[in-house]
Amino acid sequence: MSFYAFIGALEQGFVFGLMVLGVYLTFRILDFPDLTVDGSLPLGAAVSSVCIGAGLDPYLSLIPATLAGFCAGAVTGLLNTRLKILHLLSSILTMIALYSINIRIMGRPNFTLLGKSTVLDPLAALGVPSWMAAPALFALVTVLAAITLIWFTRTELGQAMLATGDNPRMITALGVNTGNMIVLGVGLSNALVALCGALVAQNQGSADVNMGVGTIVAGLASVIIGETLLGQGRIAKMILAAVLGSVAYRLAIALALSLKVGSFSFAPSDLNLITAVVVVAALTAPKLKRKVAG
Amino acid sequence: MLTLTGITKRFHKGSINEVLALDGVDLDIRRGDFITVIGSNGAGKSTTLNCVAGCFMPDKGTITLNGETITAWPEYKRARFIGRVFQDPLMGSAASLSIEENMALADRRGKVRGLSAGVKTRDRERYRELLSRIGLGLEDRLKDKVGLLSGGQRQSLTMIMATMVRPEILLLDEHTAALDPKTAGHVLELTDKIVESQKLTTLMVTHNMNHALKLGNRLIMMHQGRVILDIDGEKKSRFNVEDLLERFFSLKGEAFSSDKMLLV
Repeated sequence: MSFYAFIGALEQGFVFGLMVLGVYLTFRILDFPDLTVDGSLPLGAAVSSVCIGAGLDPYLSLIPATLAGFCAGAVTGLLNTRLKILHLLSSILTMIALYSINIRIMGRPNFTLLGKSTVLDPLAALGVPSWMAAPALFALVTVLAAITLIWFTRTELGQAMLATGDNPRMITALGVNTGNMIVLGVGLSNALVALCGALVAQNQGSADVNMGVGTIVAGLASVIIGETLLGQGRIAKMILAAVLGSVAYRLAIALALSLKVGSFSFAPSDLNLITAVVVVAALTAPKLKRKVAG
Repeated sequence: MLTLTGITKRFHKGSINEVLALDGVDLDIRRGDFITVIGSNGAGKSTTLNCVAGCFMPDKGTITLNGETITAWPEYKRARFIGRVFQDPLMGSAASLSIEENMALADRRGKVRGLSAGVKTRDRERYRELLSRIGLGLEDRLKDKVGLLSGGQRQSLTMIMATMVRPEILLLDEHTAALDPKTAGHVLELTDKIVESQKLTTLMVTHNMNHALKLGNRLIMMHQGRVILDIDGEKKSRFNVEDLLERFFSLKGEAFSSDKMLLV
């Protein structure tokens, strides 16, 4: 793997770390398998890009993007808790609806940011070399988000959310409306994912309606890889493991893409297949290990 | 204080599995009552408790608390004045959270939850003191995950959690049935102590007639979704297990034979 590919993987790992934090929040904390993320990632990208296109500051454009993600997640939560639609199906419905919404927002299936300013411009103005700017900025944002999430899980509200995922009957008996907790939690998760989408779009210079395909699987893979690397532990450790897992996942992908066996090499379009295999392997490895051990 | 009037509830309505779980239950719970509830399987004991807790809405009838109708209140809203301990010891606490975190969650029952710290340093001493009363050594394990505790320890913890914010009414749903006899004895003793010291209004479902007679000031027997016996005070203290069984079988329309005593 070249140095360029390595830096690229770090950059991807950190920026998608935001998305992985979101997936961790729903998948592990709330025990809510949420596929909305495949739609809320391009949603964040679309909102941010269109705002920048309309002349808004790139940093300020992150605010409406994040809010849009929260609303998308909240819709999934409401479909599940108020209309009693199965969680998985609720999230698929929102995801499908977002496809149309994202095209409406952009006015077409993609939106280019060519020649527009992005969040990376102020760093370039400071003289930070461009290969360093993106990984550094994304690392900062993702670590800040992780710290905020850890802080949140220790608040009264955060604790109620943890208990909602762990034992809904118990926390209901203690006076918490678990429906509201799910709406809030899935909303926060998708807010993180949309923020991630906005940053990705600004980094690659365009938003595309299809950029979210496979997000959930990449997120799950990262969460599981992080858990495998760091082992089980307290919530704070698991949240950091999610970020680490995201970086490890992107490094593994970069490594796979640089592999050459004879005339065969992987193409970027093989990513989804590789990811699916990685997830299956990571999910079954602990069981296999136990079987082999006796 | 808490009044159930004509509560009727059918489950699986319209299917072949339709059951009439509650058939016009009238019950007036007075402040300070410690009521034990007995009856055979499917008599409606747990359903009555769940109805008070708000796990479902009755088909007919009303529930009032201190004169206010609460029939339509959802479960989480009623939690403000209800403390609960379930039959399953795993049901009353969150396994992945620590003892102190679980207690802090219970400490906010019925209050608004905001963004201040979940477990507050100033509360730890109080948690430790509460735990030391049950004599299981949990006061030195505040940071341990609840999932590490035994069933008896978890049920004792749930008992503390249900009463650390004084509930207007305490609901105990066969909370010792899943424990071994010795542990069940401990938890029951703890129950008696807490109810006594806080003068709690309590509704306790049990399968054990001895427990039903020994504890509380009032006893009700249920059968096929109806209250068929309601005795209290002096009258209750004169009852023994044989009397209960005789009453049970005569009301069921069966002759009481002494070999049924073997079942006790």
